[in-house]
Amino acid sequence: MNWLTNIIRPRIRSLVGAKEVPDNLWQKCPGCENLLFTRDLEARFNVCSHCGHHLRLPVKQRLNMLFDDGKYELIELPKVPSDPLKFRDSKKYADRLRDTQAKTGLKDAITVAAGTVGGQKIVIAVFNFNFMGGSMGMAVGEGIVRASEEAVSRRAALMIVPSSGGARMQEGILSLMQMPRTMIAVERVKRARLPYIVLLTDPTTGGVSASFAMVGDIHMAEPGATIGFAGRRVIEETVRETLPKDFQTAEYLREHGMVDMVVPRAEMRETLARILRLLMDRGASQGDVIGGSGKAKATGGGKSLSLNPPANTSSQGQLAAKRALRQVRAAKRALENLEGKESGRTRVGQ
Amino acid sequence: MITLDFEKPVLELENKIAELRHVNNGSGVNIAVEINRMQTKVDRLLQVAYGRLTPAQKVQVARHPGRPHFFDYVRSLIEDFTPLAGDRLFAEDEALVGGLGRFRGRSCVILGQEKGNDTQSRIRHNFGMPRPEGYRKAQRLMAMAGQFNLPIITLVDTAGAYPGVDAEARGQSEAIARSIESCLRAPVPIISVIIGEGGSGGAIAIATADRVYMLEHSIYSVISPEGCASILWRSASQAQEAAAALRLTAQDLLGFGLVDSIIPEPVGGAHRHREETIRRVGEAIESALIALTPWEAENIKESRAQKYLNFGRQLPAA
Repeated sequence: MNWLTNIIRPRIRSLVGAKEVPDNLWQKCPGCENLLFTRDLEARFNVCSHCGHHLRLPVKQRLNMLFDDGKYELIELPKVPSDPLKFRDSKKYADRLRDTQAKTGLKDAITVAAGTVGGQKIVIAVFNFNFMGGSMGMAVGEGIVRASEEAVSRRAALMIVPSSGGARMQEGILSLMQMPRTMIAVERVKRARLPYIVLLTDPTTGGVSASFAMVGDIHMAEPGATIGFAGRRVIEETVRETLPKDFQTAEYLREHGMVDMVVPRAEMRETLARILRLLMDRGASQGDVIGGSGKAKATGGGKSLSLNPPANTSSQGQLAAKRALRQVRAAKRALENLEGKESGRTRVGQ
Repeated sequence: MITLDFEKPVLELENKIAELRHVNNGSGVNIAVEINRMQTKVDRLLQVAYGRLTPAQKVQVARHPGRPHFFDYVRSLIEDFTPLAGDRLFAEDEALVGGLGRFRGRSCVILGQEKGNDTQSRIRHNFGMPRPEGYRKAQRLMAMAGQFNLPIITLVDTAGAYPGVDAEARGQSEAIARSIESCLRAPVPIISVIIGEGGSGGAIAIATADRVYMLEHSIYSVISPEGCASILWRSASQAQEAAAALRLTAQDLLGFGLVDSIIPEPVGGAHRHREETIRRVGEAIESALIALTPWEAENIKESRAQKYLNFGRQLPAA
C-alpha cells in the first residue's frame, strides 16, 4: 500500500490544496468523556463546557489569559549545563532533551514573563507540563532564580504556576539541589516585601511541591488539580489500600488547610488582580506599613537576628499600620468567604 | 551482622580465623602466625572490595543495618543530650529526632533521622521516614537554635519522607519546604553529615547547610535507584543500572562540588568499625565548627544562600 500513501495521496493533496482541517478538531474531555470542539475549548481557556473539568492550559494561553490585554514581555533565561550526569536509560538524556526541545520549540520546562495584572506589576513563571512532565532540573531552577531577581529589580509581584511531576531524575542530585535554590529565590522576593503567589495547577507533586510551591504568601489552586508530595501509586504500595478519589486534589488540599482558594479559570484573572491590588496598592497608609520603600532598617539594637518586619517608630505610623493591616485582614476574610461560596456553587454545578 | 554479597569471600576467611582462635585457646599449638597471616589477607580483601565498590554496592553499604545510627553518634559525641519532643501542632515523630546537647564543650542543637536497630525500634522510628510532624519539629528546633545562638548539627539517614495518606493529609510537602526554609533562615552555623542514606526531599529538608559532609560509603540522591528504575526502565530490577546512572555516591557529589568533603570510613565500612567511624565524624564536625566560628547572623545566612545559588553554575555549560 506504500505507493498509495507515498505517491498518490501527496499528489491528490497537491491538487486539492493543503489540508485545511486540523487533526485535533475535537478532543475528549478527560472528566466526562464528552467530545469538545477544540476552538470552543480554547475560547473557554480549556475548561470543559459540560462538566467544568480544567484541562491543561498551554503556557501561551495561560499568559494571554492572565496579563492585562494579553500583553507581556518574555524574560530571557540563562543557559545551564544540559546533561551534567551524562545520564542514560533506554535513551540518552541529551537526546531526549534535544528531541523535546525540537518537539516543543522550548528550551526547557519553564517560561518567565513580565507585565501587569490589574495594573499591578508582576512576573509570572509558568511550567510547561509537555516538556518532560514539567520536571525541575537546573534550567527550571535557574529560571525561577531569574524570575525572582526580575521581580525584585522591577519591584513586581512574583507568581509561579507549577505543573510538574517533581524533580528531573535525569539530572540526579543536581535536580534535588533546585529545592533549596528555588527556596532561596522566592525568599528574596519575600524579603523585598513583594507578594509571592503560587497558582497550583495539575499536577504539582514531588520536589516541586516540597519546595517553592508550598511557601507562597497566597496559594491558589485550579479545580481538580493533583497536588501532593508522594505519587498516588507509591502511597498505595506503601499503605496497601486504595485511596479515596478526591485524595490529593486541590479541593482536598483546601480542606486540609494547604491552599487558600480553589479558583476556576474563568475567575482567575479577576481574583489575581484583586489580591495584587490588596497587597500592593495599600491605599492611604501606603509606605507606612509593610516596608513600603523596603529601605527601613530593623530596630532592636542593630541585632541582625530579627526576621520581623521593620517596626515603624512613629506612633502615628503604627496606628496607620494597624488600621491598614486590619483592612487587609478584613478584605482577605471577605475574599475567603466569597471564595467559599463560589467553590460551593461550583461543586453544586458539577 | 548482615553480610553483603561482595563480602562473602571475606566472611569465609573471618569464620576460619574465628575457628582457629577457638582451637588456639584449647591446644598449646602456636598458630598465631597463621592467624595473623589470614587476618592480613582479610584486611587486604576488604581493602580491595571496598576500594572498588560499584554504585549499587555503595547503596547496600549505605543501607547496612549495622552502620551507626543517629543515637549511636549522639551517645558518643554529645554530652548532656536532652531530647526534645513534638512539633507543638500535632504529634511527636520519632523518625526525626533531636534536642539540645553539648558538642566539644559547646551547646548546640542536634537533629536527624533515626532508623532503629531492631524490629521494635524500627517500627517506633518508622524506619527513619519522617512524617510532617518530624519536619515541623525540625523547624521548631532550628528556630530555637537561632533564638539562643546555638550551632545546628544534623545527621542525615533516611530513605525519604514517609509516603502515607496521613502524611499527605497533614501537608508533607509544606513541612519539607518550610524545613528547608528554616535551614536557610537559621542565623547560626549548620553542619550536616550524610551518615547513610540521603533520600531526596526528606534528606535535604535538614541538609541545607553551611557545611555538608558525606561518609565515604553514604549515598545522596533525588530518588532511590529502585524508584528511578521502575519509572525510567519500567522495572525495579534495573536498580543497579539506575544506581550508576544517578551518580549518587559521595565521590560523585564531591565531584559536582555539592558537598564539602568526604569523611573516610575505616576499611570494611562503618558497620565494621562503628566507634572509629563515629570518632571521625566528630572530628569533621569539630573542624567545621571551628572554621565557621565566630559567625555573624546575616553573613552566614547570605553565604549559605550564595553557596546554593552557585551550585551547578561552575559545571561546564551546554
